[in-house]
Amino acid sequence: MFVRTTLLVLRKDFAIERRSLEIFVTTLFFAVACVLVFSFGLVKEGRAPTDVAAAILWIAIAFAGTLALGRTFERERYGETIRALLAAPAPRPALYVGKLLGVVFLLAVAEAILVPLIGVLFAAPFFAKPLAFVALLAAGTIGFATVGTLFAAMLMRTRSRDVLLPILLYPITIPVIICGVRGTAALLATPADEPMAIMWLGILVAMDTVFMTIALWTFETLMID
Amino acid sequence: MTASVDFDSVQILDVSRHFGRRRALSRISLTARAGEIVGLLGPNGAGKSTLLSILATLTTPSTGEVRYGDRRPRDLGASLRTCIGLLAHELFLYPELSARQNLAFFADLYGIDAGAAVPAALDRAGLGTRADDAVSEFSRGMRQRLALERALLHRPRLVLLDEPFTGLDDEAVHLVSARLRQLAADGAIVMVATHDLELAEGLATRVAFVRDGRLIADEPATPGLRARYRRAVGSA
Repeated sequence: MFVRTTLLVLRKDFAIERRSLEIFVTTLFFAVACVLVFSFGLVKEGRAPTDVAAAILWIAIAFAGTLALGRTFERERYGETIRALLAAPAPRPALYVGKLLGVVFLLAVAEAILVPLIGVLFAAPFFAKPLAFVALLAAGTIGFATVGTLFAAMLMRTRSRDVLLPILLYPITIPVIICGVRGTAALLATPADEPMAIMWLGILVAMDTVFMTIALWTFETLMID
Repeated sequence: MTASVDFDSVQILDVSRHFGRRRALSRISLTARAGEIVGLLGPNGAGKSTLLSILATLTTPSTGEVRYGDRRPRDLGASLRTCIGLLAHELFLYPELSARQNLAFFADLYGIDAGAAVPAALDRAGLGTRADDAVSEFSRGMRQRLALERALLHRPRLVLLDEPFTGLDDEAVHLVSARLRQLAADGAIVMVATHDLELAEGLATRVAFVRDGRLIADEPATPGLRARYRRAVGSA
């Protein structure tokens, strides 16, 4: 029942996104614009400064993710469909996981475009250690989206949600972003420092576990008035 | 979660609900039984929607409790919600999706056979020929009919409707009223929050007057409802 509900919510969100492309286009446009602005500012005479690619990647993910989170729940606020989901006999935490997977998938698509773009513009060898890099990216994205999805759901009915979401989200997710940046920078170093990257990955996985446990535990209580 | 749930009455026992310092409901007690259509009547802000939200398990009472049959919501868990159908003031529909996709999604969410239930619901809503159009293209009346069918898709025992006649033309009002009478005759407990006293008089078997979060009167829906409402609530 849990998995079925999760997949139903995910499938529904994909069906809506396929019709509107609203979140995908805005998120991607924002993320690419963010990277291009950094490249115009930092790349001089065709030479990129060293060690900035990791930070730019994670800043673009965080900003694009914040935008996607707000829009994802705006969709459930319009028509109060979130109340219809909560009124269904499905496990309420499964609704959260469905929304979370939608955000993670969207960010994964954005990352699939951002990584090669940043790689080319900043001459960053992201795939020198592909497994470790993909694991870092996945763990960081899940950590950011786990907290963000919970906060976006919580703030859905508050009037100043667009302002409050980053204010609440960033203080909690900055450790995730720092781990992502440090781990990615370790992989981009010459030579790549894989043990250091794996240490940061371990911290990210631990944070993901804590965030996910808290989110699943509190979601229903937070969503019921 | 898998426990079978059914009940033939809903008891609201001394229920109060506060939002911060604002009192939305104050010590409401009311019982509705299978076969009844209870009209919840009161001015804006009286607490009708909050009461429906509590009955739908979407809001928890600050004090007091609701019993479904003789059981409390926490004893029944999520399976209680298979027996509740809610149509709120907002329509609970995804405007980007078609009527068919909306109904199929909720049918799947309630674990019922969408293949059989959805075409029947579309027919009842009079939307058979517009089934694959996006809901955003529908008029308010069409959306209202679709939202009602969404709420009734799983044949709930407890039917909670907040202003179900909004945007409906006379013919649709007649059809929806007939539908609700049939549901009650089949054993559903129907609770309708409305401002429309004429419709309530023709439809409800009992009426509860609510004002400032308090239950002012609970009586049979006999003729002369408007005068009694005016005396109890203050204006009509």
